[in-house]
Amino acid sequence: MSDAPVIELRGIVTRFGSNLVHDGIDLSVARGEVVALVGGSGSGKTTLLRHMIGLTRPARGEVSLFGEPLFSGSLREQRARRRRFGVLFQHGALFSALNVAENIGFPLRELHVVTPKEIRDLVALKLAMVELEPSTALLMPAELSGGMVKRVALARALALEPELLLLDEPTAGLDPDRSAAFVELVRSLQAQLELTVVLVTHDIDTLAALSSKVAILAERRILSYASQEKTMELDHPFVASFFRGEFGRRAIARSRGKT
Amino acid sequence: MRAPTASCGLSAGSGARPECRLEGDWTLRALAPRADEFRRLLARAGQGASWKLDGVTRLDSFGATLLWHAWREQWPEDLSADDELRAVIGRIAATAAEPLPEARAFTLTDAIVVLGAALLGFANHLAGFVRLAGQLCLDIAYLLRHPGDWPLREISANFYKVGAKATPVAALVGFLIGVVLSYLSALQLRAFGADIYIVNILGLGIVRELGPVLVSVLVAGRSGSAMTAQLGVMRVTEELDALSAMGISRTVRLVLPKVVALTVAMPLLVLWTSAVALFGGMVSAWVQLDLGFGFFLDTLPRVVPVANLYIGLAKGAVFGLSIALVACHFGLRVRPNTESLSTNTTASVVSAITVVILIDAVFAIATRSIGVPG
Repeated sequence: MSDAPVIELRGIVTRFGSNLVHDGIDLSVARGEVVALVGGSGSGKTTLLRHMIGLTRPARGEVSLFGEPLFSGSLREQRARRRRFGVLFQHGALFSALNVAENIGFPLRELHVVTPKEIRDLVALKLAMVELEPSTALLMPAELSGGMVKRVALARALALEPELLLLDEPTAGLDPDRSAAFVELVRSLQAQLELTVVLVTHDIDTLAALSSKVAILAERRILSYASQEKTMELDHPFVASFFRGEFGRRAIARSRGKT
Repeated sequence: MRAPTASCGLSAGSGARPECRLEGDWTLRALAPRADEFRRLLARAGQGASWKLDGVTRLDSFGATLLWHAWREQWPEDLSADDELRAVIGRIAATAAEPLPEARAFTLTDAIVVLGAALLGFANHLAGFVRLAGQLCLDIAYLLRHPGDWPLREISANFYKVGAKATPVAALVGFLIGVVLSYLSALQLRAFGADIYIVNILGLGIVRELGPVLVSVLVAGRSGSAMTAQLGVMRVTEELDALSAMGISRTVRLVLPKVVALTVAMPLLVLWTSAVALFGGMVSAWVQLDLGFGFFLDTLPRVVPVANLYIGLAKGAVFGLSIALVACHFGLRVRPNTESLSTNTTASVVSAITVVILIDAVFAIATRSIGVPG
């Protein structure tokens, strides 16, 4: 496989009406990295993530996935490209009319190459991977707790054996215990499946425990893109309040103690 | 990505045992185009073969599942693979051993239960509907004693939404129906030389019957569905719960304004639509039968007693009341999932139209001796 970066953003400009959100963003994520995208509220983190998935298109600039422009090639090639990444949406975005097993099996069924028996075994495996009991398979999304919704959504994102996993606020709305367990789960899956991960987060615990690199989105561009240690030393008001505030220091100390 | 390959066959060295040699990437993406072919090939070799997996560069859980099923869920005796590959297959083996619970199959007993549930469900709907209507009566009694609590802004906003904004489409439909009705009647009447009876037919038909029913069908589709969907989405997004938590009655704040607005707006819409439909009929009569506008307008009040207009407006009010009640009833029954939302919205529109036609039949019987000649 080629060594092209998994994600490459070049000169991304986004505008919402007269509001300029991104002004020339460049970012490249190499295979196997776990990149955390952080930034203040309204700095366009989720928008940038949506550009990467192709849900929105930037006003200018180019998004490349796996070394090819996102919207290049025939419809078939574009669909094949979309199957190489999995997305965990902020609120899970489970299909509320389908039960847990059907939700996880849905992308597999849509491929039309996997037999029902194989789907059943693969769904059981994904459920086990995200540490859920087999008995949850028949529950409907409305019957799940917040943490379980995230786990099912993660299992669904992993259904097509993606190489790239995009997480939008993976721990938002979870209590600290569950949040820590979920982060641990993502980390072990990342190591086991050799995933490249891009996550948008507000939560410094998540960031400290998970990411190998941190991209800071501020002032409409990528302010810095470096390892956690290097980022910590950066002299910028956002970095100062985000990382070196009381919470930040404690969280980083916690994760250092653990590893 | 290296294309996956599999070669199975008898090799000279391994005695009678066929040998299967797998190479390349055994991943979902690589296998997908030729999954059936590999599935057959592996199944033919079966668990008894000698399996050489050393050439496999990547194996994901789909590839592992394919192998595991080909081996009929047992480890082959003769398997050459490194620990990493064994671990991937082992994970599938472990979870396949304890299968997921199956959804229960549909049996005859279930069919009886479904039938019974439908009947009980109907009774349940009836009870819920009566409860909603009763709650509204209590709310109105409360509001009469506390006039300051009337949700006037909501009523006004709903009135604008269901009434004022419906006028263009109501006018369009009314006009066209008027033209068509008049045209078809004119053809028949001319054969008998009874041209001037067109005024009677159009007047009675539109003012008493067609106007109210036409508007009801339109409003049930337009505003009834919107009301159900709005309440349903508010359930999905927990807005209903937020209201309850603030101690605000959902019937006063959400249901009552809709019901009041539609009950008041419908007679006006009926009046408007009937007028436009009559105008359409008048235009058509003028073109077809050369009947002047002045003559038409002059004859209309003489041949159509004014009681018909009152009946039409009363029907409009009652239809509006029932459409809004039915819509809100179904809207509040939505459970927080998309399937329930679509089921209830459909049920709301279908029930509203059915109820309107039933009530119309009751009206027809109750008013059979009022406002008709003879």
